[in-house]
Amino acid sequence: MMEAAAQEKLISVIKEKFEGEIIEAGMVKDFFTLILKKEKIVDIVRHLYNHPEAKFQYLTTMFAVHYPDQNQIAMVYQLHNLATNQRVRLKIFLPADNPTTPTLTTVFSAANWMEREAFDFFGVISEGHPNLKRILNVEDMLIFPMRKEYPLEDQTREDKNDLMFGR
Amino acid sequence: MEASADIAPKVVKEEKQYSYLNLGPTHPATHGIFQNVLKMDGEVIVDATPTIGYIHRAFEKLAEHRPYNQITPITDRMNYCSSPINNIGWHMTVETLLGVEIPKRVQYLRVIIMELARITDHLVCNAVIGVDTGALTGFVYLFQQRELVYEIYEEICGARLTTNVGRIGGFERDFSPKAWEKINKFLKEFPIVLKEFEDLLKRNRIFMDRTIGCGGITAERALNYSFSGVNLRAAGVDYDVRAMNPYSSYEDFDFIIPVGTNGDVYDRFMVRQEEMWQSLSIIKQAIKKLPEGPFHAKVPEFYLPPKQEVYNNMEALIYHFKIVMGETEVPKGEVYHCVEGGNGELGFYLISDGGRQPFRLHLRRPCFIYYQAYPEMIKGSMLSDAILTMSSMNVIAGELDA
Repeated sequence: MMEAAAQEKLISVIKEKFEGEIIEAGMVKDFFTLILKKEKIVDIVRHLYNHPEAKFQYLTTMFAVHYPDQNQIAMVYQLHNLATNQRVRLKIFLPADNPTTPTLTTVFSAANWMEREAFDFFGVISEGHPNLKRILNVEDMLIFPMRKEYPLEDQTREDKNDLMFGR
Repeated sequence: MEASADIAPKVVKEEKQYSYLNLGPTHPATHGIFQNVLKMDGEVIVDATPTIGYIHRAFEKLAEHRPYNQITPITDRMNYCSSPINNIGWHMTVETLLGVEIPKRVQYLRVIIMELARITDHLVCNAVIGVDTGALTGFVYLFQQRELVYEIYEEICGARLTTNVGRIGGFERDFSPKAWEKINKFLKEFPIVLKEFEDLLKRNRIFMDRTIGCGGITAERALNYSFSGVNLRAAGVDYDVRAMNPYSSYEDFDFIIPVGTNGDVYDRFMVRQEEMWQSLSIIKQAIKKLPEGPFHAKVPEFYLPPKQEVYNNMEALIYHFKIVMGETEVPKGEVYHCVEGGNGELGFYLISDGGRQPFRLHLRRPCFIYYQAYPEMIKGSMLSDAILTMSSMNVIAGELDA
């Protein structure tokens, strides 16, 4: 939970260098969330990492969300300052047809597999990633299975001959 | 002597030859399904390429197609060494979304069962560190105690490994007198066994020589790799979700967060060991302070009514039907809730669009995040150290692959 003063501070820290990048800022439930423009996200994260008054040096998690109605894919970054115990959530929206974002591995080593996961399931391409390939699914998979257009397999389908697997 | 240049032996430049070793996917020493292609120079590891996903079960996709109460069994199968923590973490996430006030007694009971789960989790890991260093005795001895905890689970929820404990809002029934008896028996017997196990390895010269300086990581690297839980604390960072963002009334209890200095196998072992003692102390405090009250909150939309009421009461019948058929609508919202799991910060990021199933559920699985540091941690060490490093990191395949 972040107090209002700390929120103001954080917004001013970002505005110092990146004026006009913040689209929206506010509390979502108990979590301070910033919606940002997609272009400079990595620079902003790096700025928050290095800035003496922010020091968000722990990447809690990072993942994608598919919004089929808006035809967008959101990337969510959750940063944590372990010294002051402040958490912030950054969100960017990418077009679902061509979701590309610069890689965060230059700031956080932990982003490596998280970005691979986002690529594997949503097709988010992290430009400059050292090893961008599928991580949990088979490599010859053709689709990005977590996108909303792919339903779970219909349990009643009969056209599949899976006798060997006892179905 | 002009001719010496001809006589001098020619330096033959030979390409350095590496050998490649496939460790896994189903190697008994890796305690799970992990593949690592190790590039080796003799017995020294030069590089490692982990491949994961062998037991990927698409939990996040599956969760988008299930009602909320049916997601609990999915969470069981993540870190199956401490499934109650996963279950309760999930319940608390939904409760945060719904804004439900949970009675104190439920919170304390949850703390008791979560700490029991933490003990089993750490106990398995430390016992296995013993096995991988060649001390099987402790493993067999400690597993008897794990059995006792499983019997407690059995008394509380009927299951042992994949517990599905509790419900959204509390527990399905209060702890029975038999469960309390078993908990008290465990609290009496376990410290003796744990002490003995600790004495066996803590100052054991062979064990210390084997584990100190093996598989270490600095605090800076650990933070950059977003380590959490024991692995981060062993490196010297005192980050524990229970203390930083207390949930389920953890702020009511006194406990110490042990930290290491080198982040090596020995430190991880010692941190886990101390955490088990702290967990024991937390359980004792919780039992001592346990308040009276209901064992579940009033959330009829999510909490199954007692069977007698279903037959005699209209509302109960309706709620029962709605819960069983998965027709409960959940308000719109977006929450992130994290608990201190056996391996670290276990986070649930839940987006609800007002429907009956989550719009998106992202699971922050600590294993998945810290296992990517494994190649870096074993570079330059021996093959047997790599095995030991993996077991001391407590990488659980179920959590890793989700």
